[in-house]
Amino acid sequence: MIRRVLPHGLGRGLLTRRPGTRRGGFSLDWDGKVSEIKKKIKSILPGTPCDVLPDTSHLPPEHSDVVIVGGGVLGLSVAYWLKQLENRRGGMQVLVVERDHTYSQASTGLSVGGICQQFSLPENIQLSLFSASFLRNINEYLAVTNAPPLDLQFNPSGYLLLASEKDAAAMESNVKVQKQEGAKVCLMSPDQLRNKFPWINTEGVALASYGMENEGWFDPWCLLHGLRQKLMSMGVFFCQGEVTRFVTSSQRMMTTDDEMVTLKSIHEVHVKMDHSLEYQPVECAIVINAAGAWSAQIAALAGIGKGPPGTLQGTKLPVEPRKRYVYVWHCPQGPGLETPLVADTSGAYFRREGLGSNYLGGRSPAEVSRVGWDMLARRHRIIVMKESGFWPGSVCFVHPQVQTAWAGYYDYNTFDQNGVVGPHPLVVNMYFATGFSGHGLQQAPGVGRAVAEMILEGSFQTIDLSPFLFNRFYLGEKTQENNIM
Amino acid sequence: MEQELGDPSLRLVAPMWNGTRGIHRLGGAVVPEGNQKKERKMLQFLNNHFYDVEALRGYLLQREMSKVHLKNRSFTWLEEQHGPYSAGAFFILKQGGAVKFRDKEWIRPDKYGHFSPEFWNFREVPVEAVDASDCEINYEGLDNLLLLKELQSLSLQRCPHVDDWCLSRLYPLADSLQELSLAGCPRVSERGLACLHHLQNLRRLDISDLPAVSNPGLTQILVEEMLPNCQVVGVDWAEGLKLGPEEQPQDTASPVPA
Repeated sequence: MIRRVLPHGLGRGLLTRRPGTRRGGFSLDWDGKVSEIKKKIKSILPGTPCDVLPDTSHLPPEHSDVVIVGGGVLGLSVAYWLKQLENRRGGMQVLVVERDHTYSQASTGLSVGGICQQFSLPENIQLSLFSASFLRNINEYLAVTNAPPLDLQFNPSGYLLLASEKDAAAMESNVKVQKQEGAKVCLMSPDQLRNKFPWINTEGVALASYGMENEGWFDPWCLLHGLRQKLMSMGVFFCQGEVTRFVTSSQRMMTTDDEMVTLKSIHEVHVKMDHSLEYQPVECAIVINAAGAWSAQIAALAGIGKGPPGTLQGTKLPVEPRKRYVYVWHCPQGPGLETPLVADTSGAYFRREGLGSNYLGGRSPAEVSRVGWDMLARRHRIIVMKESGFWPGSVCFVHPQVQTAWAGYYDYNTFDQNGVVGPHPLVVNMYFATGFSGHGLQQAPGVGRAVAEMILEGSFQTIDLSPFLFNRFYLGEKTQENNIM
Repeated sequence: MEQELGDPSLRLVAPMWNGTRGIHRLGGAVVPEGNQKKERKMLQFLNNHFYDVEALRGYLLQREMSKVHLKNRSFTWLEEQHGPYSAGAFFILKQGGAVKFRDKEWIRPDKYGHFSPEFWNFREVPVEAVDASDCEINYEGLDNLLLLKELQSLSLQRCPHVDDWCLSRLYPLADSLQELSLAGCPRVSERGLACLHHLQNLRRLDISDLPAVSNPGLTQILVEEMLPNCQVVGVDWAEGLKLGPEEQPQDTASPVPA
């Protein structure tokens, strides 16, 4: 009974209150009423309704565990290995800050792209060997579902280093070390050289070392692009901006020799946007200096080198930009398909480029820099080439025509031309991955892994890069390489 | 020029089951047609919108890669026990290829993958010819292939994982290798062919049908120059040349009538 009564009662009630009915003049215009009320409220509130928050999509996040200054191949490699070796997925938030997203001055893009194992330091050889295996298996390391496989355009043609009488002994001992570390290098006498490469003029050449495997050249842009894609899929943040300030906090401590030492720790990075004064302070735990040729400026911002000279506080990071030119020329009767990258101990080198008798070459920068820190410019320096005896004295190109040229910066370590890896002793959370003076690209995967291991485990696990720590600049111990190209 | 060295039966194609041509292949390597295209688009859509699909696909890809790695593991224990020739031959036969010992007949696995175990007795007999067509040999697997120091004839036709890096590893066979076939390998390009100059004893090289070579005619000429004593079989050098003026279509050549 109640059941039958209730719906009736409710039904009638609802009927009388239903909107839009025209029963006896009792009509409620809901929509109209609501819009009137809205208008009234708007007129009461001051100003325009703030339903749009200020747009911060171009700014980096406010907090990030690791900030990597520099988005070139070294910075991206460190980011990759940090994400690869972290204990939990998503455990580390990494931000890569790159000043120029077109990479117009970055050493990576302007590099010749060579990889070789013909060094004299075992650490360098191991780094290059690991990088070769990384590049070989790049589609397993940098696999992104749905993306096409990467084609590095690797030319496995090897490196051929030519030595005169006085450098022959050094080359022999280097090759011994290289063979011990597992590199496939062989020594060739001038006769064997003439047999294999008849276009070489072996006058003045006493010995040559030829890399048979894992040496050659590849496309650095492809590697950069592959790393970027993989990093984006792993959740690394990218930001275009310039680091202008580090906010540090210091702590004074007593060493075991009763000396007071100030340990600094960076807890905020100010990232300034392009063409504006706007900046974002990013709170961070670790900063990695992978700024390449401009690493010294970043180090100076953190206070490295600001102290009396001769002390640890006063030791600057000795990395500076060193310009070097690369020329492309066309020579129809030049060496054929089998041409390796030929270099001699004067620093001049050349290699084949493509199938159309084009060659690419240059000369490594000398010890003393003669070129200033100006903007990079393309110039055809035919006259300079001829005067300074540019190409390796043993190969003569008949009627070459220079097609194009470009210049790039090496992040040149003026102390001993080898990289700086690892933390700074005083600025405890700044790690370096820079100063490779021309072989940064070929050692990037190995160095990235080493820095990631240093951060995550506290020490180098696979390749021991202790000779490359910052301390050597203060202690004066040079980790010199006997062959440099 | 009928100077054919090596066993003519090498050029017989061993019928091989081609493995799974699944949707899990590294994207871009297989050209989709029709229905496959729709499937692929659907898969991409699901991949981009669901983490589970992405993770599953990633897992399946990893599994396929680890299968290839397993096939290419090093047989060092076998080498110690039975000598390099038998170990190398076992590796090839396990992959589905065929092996010919000196003065013996070809040993091929049947359609079930079984092969006769008589080669375990051939400790001192070197392997003369290997037909590794359609096998999944990769860079690591070459460790086993390079045990066969006196190999004269090698066929790597249509091997999906043989690329430029692998070609740079073939130089230890320079003293004996006379015949090499790379026809149909999807990952071999002219950059890998450049490292074949170590193989000075090569008399016959087959580089036909290499999709990754950008300029087949020019590459053929350069390879012929690089290996003067070798007969290079591949593309006709005239392919890729532009048409001469008399063969151009009429309307582009005719002047505007006055």
